Parts: sequence; C-alpha cells; structure tokens
Amino acid sequence: MTPVFPFPAIVGQEEMKQALLIACVEPRVGGVLVFGDRGTAKSTAVRALAGLLPPIETYEHCPYNSAPGSAPVNGDGRSRGNVVSKPAPVVDLPLGVTEDRVVGALDIEKALRKGEKAFEPGLLARANRGFLYIDEVNLLEDHIVDLLLDVAATGENVVERDGLSVRHPAKFVLVGSGNPEEGELRPQLLDRFGLSVEVETPRDIEMRIEVVRRRDAFERDPHGFCAQWASEVDALRTRIAEAQGRIGALETPEAVLRRASEICLALGADGLRGELTLIRAARAAAALNAADEISLEHLRAVAPAALRHRLRRDPLDEAGSSARIERGLAEAFAA
Amino acid sequence: MSADIPLPHAPPLEGWALARLAAALIAVDPGLGGALVTARAGPVREAFLDTVRALINEDAPWRRIPAGISDEALLGGMDLAATLKTGRPVMREGLLGEIRGGAGVLAMAERAGPGLAARLAMALDGPDAPVILALDESADPDEGAPRALAERLALHINLSQVALGDLDAAGEGVDRETAAMARMHLPHVLSGEAARALTETAAALGIDSLRPPLMALRAARAAAALEGLDEVTDAQTVLAARLVLAPRATQLPRAEGDENDAPPDDPANDRETRNEDPPASDDETPSPDALTEITLEAARAAIPADLLARLEAGVPNARSRAAGKAGAAKRGGLRGRPAGSRRGDPGEGRRLDVLATLRAAAPWGRMRRKGWKRLAPGPAVEVRREDFRIKHFKEKAETLTLFVVDASGSLALNRLADAKGAVEMMLAQSYVRRDQVALIAFRGRGAETLLPPTRSLTRAKRCLAALPGGGGTPLAAAIEAAEALAHGAARQGRTVTLVFLTDGAANVTRDGHGGREAAMAEASEAARRLRAAGHGAIIVDVSKRGAETARVIAQDMAARYVRLPAGDCGALAQLARKAAA
Repeated sequence: MTPVFPFPAIVGQEEMKQALLIACVEPRVGGVLVFGDRGTAKSTAVRALAGLLPPIETYEHCPYNSAPGSAPVNGDGRSRGNVVSKPAPVVDLPLGVTEDRVVGALDIEKALRKGEKAFEPGLLARANRGFLYIDEVNLLEDHIVDLLLDVAATGENVVERDGLSVRHPAKFVLVGSGNPEEGELRPQLLDRFGLSVEVETPRDIEMRIEVVRRRDAFERDPHGFCAQWASEVDALRTRIAEAQGRIGALETPEAVLRRASEICLALGADGLRGELTLIRAARAAAALNAADEISLEHLRAVAPAALRHRLRRDPLDEAGSSARIERGLAEAFAA
Repeated sequence: MSADIPLPHAPPLEGWALARLAAALIAVDPGLGGALVTARAGPVREAFLDTVRALINEDAPWRRIPAGISDEALLGGMDLAATLKTGRPVMREGLLGEIRGGAGVLAMAERAGPGLAARLAMALDGPDAPVILALDESADPDEGAPRALAERLALHINLSQVALGDLDAAGEGVDRETAAMARMHLPHVLSGEAARALTETAAALGIDSLRPPLMALRAARAAAALEGLDEVTDAQTVLAARLVLAPRATQLPRAEGDENDAPPDDPANDRETRNEDPPASDDETPSPDALTEITLEAARAAIPADLLARLEAGVPNARSRAAGKAGAAKRGGLRGRPAGSRRGDPGEGRRLDVLATLRAAAPWGRMRRKGWKRLAPGPAVEVRREDFRIKHFKEKAETLTLFVVDASGSLALNRLADAKGAVEMMLAQSYVRRDQVALIAFRGRGAETLLPPTRSLTRAKRCLAALPGGGGTPLAAAIEAAEALAHGAARQGRTVTLVFLTDGAANVTRDGHGGREAAMAEASEAARRLRAAGHGAIIVDVSKRGAETARVIAQDMAARYVRLPAGDCGALAQLARKAAA
C-alpha cells in the first residue's frame, strides 16, 4: 500500500495544521472545517493524520472500536476477541454515500443466507475514536450532513430501522473540507463545526517551489520520502500523545476565561458555543506546547479558527471574516 | 520517437503532433490524470481517443461515462436480478470501480455537474486512479468542464483547429512498446531544475493552485522518460509548460523587467528574496532563471488564441469563475433529473421507485416467508411498507428575470420600449425554459411593479400596453422594490436575475425628496444590501456615453456592468438570458 504523505512535510498552512493537531489532542473541540482554494493540501493534511495519531486500544474483532472494559454493543452478539492495539481510524466518507452505508444497516448476506437479522455496522462505527473526513462537504447531501453532525454532537449512533434496534458509540472528529466556489455551506451547519480554517495557496515563490519539490519527491519514491520524515513524524506523534495525557490537568486561569468572553462579545459571535470552543482549543494548544497553564497567547492563537465562522454577517462590511477577526482581536488585546 | 520532442530552439510542436505526444504522456504516466479535450465530436477527436487507447495497457478497461450518470451506476450497488436468482446478495460494481486502473471517457464534460466532478476527482485522488478523458464540446466560453475535474486532468488539449488531413501528414507517432518502456523507466527520471522553472512560470501566468506546476513536472518527467533520459532537460520543461500550464493561464506574464511584481503587495521585498536565494542552487546547472524565461516564453506562445484574446482584453478567464449563477439545482423535487431514491411513502406526487423498492425487499424474502403459515408458496418477494423507496429528482430551479427600468427623463420611452421588447422575446421562449419575467419601472417619486412575475405572454402584453415616462430618478426606491420582489421569488425556490436599465443618476431619495448626493448615497446603500442577498445582477447602462454613476452602482451591487445603447431589445433579451443561464 502506498504510504500517506507525512504531515510534517506539508509546507506552510500553519493554521490548518494547528487546528487538526488541536482536534487530535481534544476531540471535544467539535470538528474542523477547512475551506479554501484547490491544490492547497487540504486532503493531504487530513489523510496524513492517519500516520500521526497514537494507536488506540480496542478489541480485536470489535467493529465499533470499543474501549477496553466497555459494555458490548447491544444487538450485536459477536464475540469481540482480545484487547489489541490498532491504528486510530481516519475514515473517508465518499460523496454519494447512502444513509445505510453511513449509519449501518441490516446485514443482507446474513438475512439472505440464514434468514437472520443482524446489524452491519456502517462508517460511523468504523470512525469511532478517530476521524471522519468528508472532502467537498458542501456537495454532500444535506440529510447526510445533518445526520453526521447529530451523531458527532451526541457521540452515539442510534439505529432504529429494518426492525433493528442498535445503539453504539460513535465519537469521532468530523473534518470537512471544501471549495467555496462549489457552493456555500448552510449557516446552520457552519457553526456546528468547532474550528474553521481558511486555506490559501502560498504566495511566496520559494515556498511554492518547495511544495512542488517535496510532492514530486514523494510521488517518485513514497517509501523513501516517508523514511526521510519518519523521525519528525514520530516526534510529532509523541507530542500529541503527551499533550493528550497532559490536557486533563491544565488549569484555566480566570483572566483567560474573562478574556475569552470579552473577545466573543467584542466580535459579536453568537451563542456560548464560541466561548466553549475557544477555551477548549486554547487548552489543547497549551497542552501541545507543553505549557503549565493556558495563557492569553494560546487564546489569541486559536481565536481566529474558533470564531471565524460564528460572526454575524454584516452586508455593509466589506472585509472578509478573517480580517474582521483580526481587527476584533487587535482591539481586545490592546485593552 | 525522438523526432517527436524538438529541441527548445526548434519550431514548437502544434496541433495534432502535440496532441499525439500528450496521448503518449498519458500512457507513460497515468498519474497525470488524463486530458481535457476541447473538440467537437468528429473523426479527429475519435483519432485522439484511439491513439490513447492504443498506447495504454491493452487489458485495461475502457468505458464511457455519460454526463448524467446516476450514483447507482457510478458507485455500484446491489444487482437485483442476480440477487433474486441466486438467493444471495450480488453486488454490482459501479463504473468507477470498473475503470480502476483503466480509462473513462467523459463525453459532454461541460454538462457534468459538480457532484459528478467531485466523484471523479475522488477516484483520481484515490488508489488505482483511472485515466479520465473529458471531452469538452462547449461552444461558449462561459461553459466548460467543471473545475474540480479540469484541475486534476494534467493535459488540456484543443483539437478544434486540427483538420483531418493533419492526421496523415503527421507521420508515425510513439508506438506502444516505446510507451511501455518509458513507463518502466519513469521512476528513475530525476526532475532537475524543472521544479523551479515550472513553478515560477505557473506563478507568472497567474495560476494559483499548486497542482498545475506539480502536474507539469510529472508531464516533463514522462516526456523525459519517453526520450530515454535520466533527468528532465529544458526541452521537456518547455513542452510541459505548453501542455499543462499555458491553457490554464489567468493573466499574461508581465513584460521583461517587471515580471516579478505580479502580486502587487510588496514588490521590493519579493525581488529581494528572489535574488538572494537562487545562487544556492544554480552553481553548475544552467541558471534556473534562464530556464524559467525560456519556459515562460514558450508557455506564453502556447496560450490558446481565444484565451489570449480574453486575457489581453483584461476579461477574467470565464472558466475561472464559479459556474453559472442560475440553475441552482434543487433537490428532492418531483421532477427533473433522477437523483437517487430514498425511503418514504409514495403519494402526493412522489413516485415509487419500483426497482429500488424491490431491491430493499429482496434480502428479506426468505425471512418473511418463514412467517407465512400457509401451505401455498408465497410470492418470490414480499414487499412491505418499510421497503418503499420513492424517487428523488434534481431539477434546475425556475428562474425569474426581473427587469428594473428607469422611466425617468428623456430616454424613458426608448428604454421602456427596449425592456418591453426584451420581456416579450424572453417570454416567447420561456415555456420551454420555465422562466418567469417581471418588470418594475421607476420614475418621479417611486417605483411601480408593472408586471408581477409571470410566464404568460398575453398577460404581459396587456400590462405593458401603456406607461408614461419622465420625471426624477428614485433609484434607491427602485432597488428596494426589486429586492423585495426578488426575495419573495427566491423564497419560492426561484433563482433570480435582476436586470437594471438605467444611467444610475439617482436624484430622488426614498422619501420622495430631491437631492443628488443624498439620493446617490441611498442608492449605494440599497445596492450593497441587494448584493448581500446574493442574486445575480446586471446593470445595463443605457446612457449615450456611459455614465460613471451606473458604474458605481454596479460595483456596489457586485453586478455586471454592460453598456448597451438604447434601441436593441434583441441584444437585451440575449444578455438577460445569458446572465441567467
């Protein structure tokens, strides 16, 4: 199998990389939306996560990636086998996928052969404790997106159909990417993603050449290229694992909480979801940087991604949301 | 074979010879994704397809992809007949699965929607990617293959200038053995300095995405492999720029001397970083900057004539814009193109998808029959309510073209006559196109809806029979009235295009007072609000010399600005139709 392009070898696109790393460390941040031009390494970055995520402990034959010690999924009588270490899943959700494939459905093979009702887990089960990636999320059928966001929010997939009644854990980080030219995402969906980043093609010519060179080297000799980057990938993986261990113990100082509220108020970001995401993302950023507590710096670094898509639209303001965020942040931090 | 790739100073390949070489490159490196072929159906295009087919692996699958293909056929699903016959689920592979490692020919690529493009793009990005040959027959520069797909097909070839006679005149091309040998050799070909030259050339041509330079580099390596070289040389770099980069140009490279300040942010800074860096890498090899120059020059020369004309006129490349505003597809409709089926009860216009229903019921057959207590055998398939699948359709939303006509001042009568003429012409054809037309006129103190949205020609004729002209220009009120009407239509699922016929010289405010400045400010504000609503809009400047005020309003509205002297309702109707299509 061809290896995936190593995450650290992606040139530039720091905000996107940071957002994805934050989601690795703190899945509760609630999904990442990556919008931007074609050919800006959107898919490459998400697929590269597969090589980066620390492995998970689960049962050998469990299609739901259940954690060791968890109760077996009701309605599924299969034996789960021993606890083993598996790579964390990064599941691609193809466009044109049917609802059955996503949530799971009756196992047709068994129904036909043995006349037995059995549940065949879908993509949501496979993505449990990992990432679910939708490229061109703005082209996905609305009812599927609704369904995904619902499950992502509750962390559980409930199937009541075909005379089946199954509920199984489905905790995953939803990552959507798309090109705004192909169509906008509905506003209701927008703010249900935790972080939103806008990627642009790099303007610096030397940087562009480096991108082309690295990609060319990878395409010519994928294994050799990955071997070259193996130590960096290992280091990053360790950093994520350590951050995952550290994040629970991180304190959130009063000043940071206060500033988070101030920023949200100043920018007119709707709802409390923005503040919550802001704090969670800042905590993950602090954990990644091996800091002892969350600082205002961490807050500022993650604020654009956490709030960009939550601004109220102002038809008379010409500036894009990124520019408005920067302006608001500059004001909030000048105070 | 080496006769096919000329030295950089030799006359560049053109027409058929270039296309044939492109076919060979696809055969050498299928990772190039394939080709976007602009040509009408005909023997030349067939000859090109035959050339590709003859060069790629002979066992490789070769299929045609209809532009209106359903997801079922594309992605696969259960084969109902076989399932019922064998009593076990038989899955059928979709077209995307069948062409894995082979080739797919997408006819009428300009008709393919973004959904199909995205699915093909997914296949191209995935493992065992097929080669896609997208045949673009678009006549209008506003049409074109979907960008997500065009982006991933390295080679863009135009065969429209190739005559049948050229095919014979071109002599022998690359044969299959040579291509196969080159394929073996490809992994050993180094890129040399081509990466820099191609990336810089792409930047100078205004190509934002990084995929094109990358694919140009692949093409250059494939060409070098075809030559039996171990490293890409200038000739292949130039060739790749011509084949991959030139057709994608969005700007003309700047003239010598100031080519570096293409992004106008900070030219001084740009130049510095550029001048400091190169010496590190170009000690022994020919100067990469020189290579960039040659490459850029070749690419420039190879920009297709029609594209060149547009670029020189300063018109942004039509294909670089998002696809048309109208025709926003509406899903879940009761008519239109099929868009799969979903669970649900038939009735109220929803049609039962018999095949999908049977498919849903089929696997249960045996289990359900167990429950049958009768002695007589049950039906082969027992359909229950939960199996019902209803058809879903995707239809183009109806469009509403809203004319907003300035009936003030002396030109009034002419403008109104034009608008009426255009309305009638559009309505005459609207039955087929399911368009609606409405007309608002404004003069004196306010705006008036003369013709509410309608599809009826008779009604329109009656409404438009007489209308007085003259008086002030209450533009803000007119824009607001138009917005209200457009809003209502949009809520009913119509796609709205607004056509303003005015010189933009507002001089009456919303509350009916005079005053040019206040009226202009109000009009600008109203225009911006209309922009936020996101309807397509055109400002047709009907003044004799072109009015600055109309241009300003167009900018505020993000509308297209067109100058059209009065007296040509045919041109107006055509313009409006184009904006909506």
